[in-house]
Amino acid sequence: MSMDRVFKALADPSRRRLLDLLHAENGRALGELCEHLAMSRQAATKHLNALEEANLVAVVWRGREKQYFLNAVPLHQIYERWIGKFERQRLRALHDFKKKLEDDS
Amino acid sequence: MIHKTEFVYVTYISTTPEKVWSALQDAEMTKLFWGRARNVSDWQVGSTWTHGSYDDPAVIDVTGTIVESDPPKRLVVTWQSAKAPAGEPASRVTYLIESVFGAVRLTVTHDELVPDSPMAQGVSSGWPAILSSLKTLLETGAPMPMTTRRWGAPPA
Repeated sequence: MSMDRVFKALADPSRRRLLDLLHAENGRALGELCEHLAMSRQAATKHLNALEEANLVAVVWRGREKQYFLNAVPLHQIYERWIGKFERQRLRALHDFKKKLEDDS
Repeated sequence: MIHKTEFVYVTYISTTPEKVWSALQDAEMTKLFWGRARNVSDWQVGSTWTHGSYDDPAVIDVTGTIVESDPPKRLVVTWQSAKAPAGEPASRVTYLIESVFGAVRLTVTHDELVPDSPMAQGVSSGWPAILSSLKTLLETGAPMPMTTRRWGAPPA
């Protein structure tokens, strides 16, 4: 799963809003999501497809209807790659700084 | 409209279905990607399973029974927190392991949860980290640091 697709999907405010809606209430159908969006069903479907391709939403078929679930696994990959790594480095720098101060005193 | 509390998580892993199946049950793997946990069962339908500390077998966090077992494709278990109030019904976890384009799509569905229960809240923060770390472990040989320690345990 390409990280480019995840960042591209997240770069759109409507798609972020869709993720927020699913976070508030998971497992919704297109119609329910559209009630909260100022856009056509076609536009919402396009955004949901982009989120599905990025694996940010998981889709389950219930009869003839798709249900959408927030899939936070790629967000965790981003967290670990782009935040966890730098945070560890920052903490190590802080640790080294503290050690230097203590050694000097 | 009433919604049951349910979560669906999907991750694509460059590996084989057999490796994913065994990683879910192998304590030497779960200790790395699943918060230093151990899953114990004979994995036969009707058997019990427990999820607890890798280091102390007396510490059990989750218990349940095996509902379906079709290696290496599908595993369904019931899921009951050891701390759940008496009478709280068990939830259910379905692991679906599918081959797609030479990789594996792992879908974890956790449903029949009691809305707003501590377990329902824990699920939404726990599974993404565990599945993300499982993917990283199987693809790189090393897990993510945050899943190698027992969660909720006092710092060592």
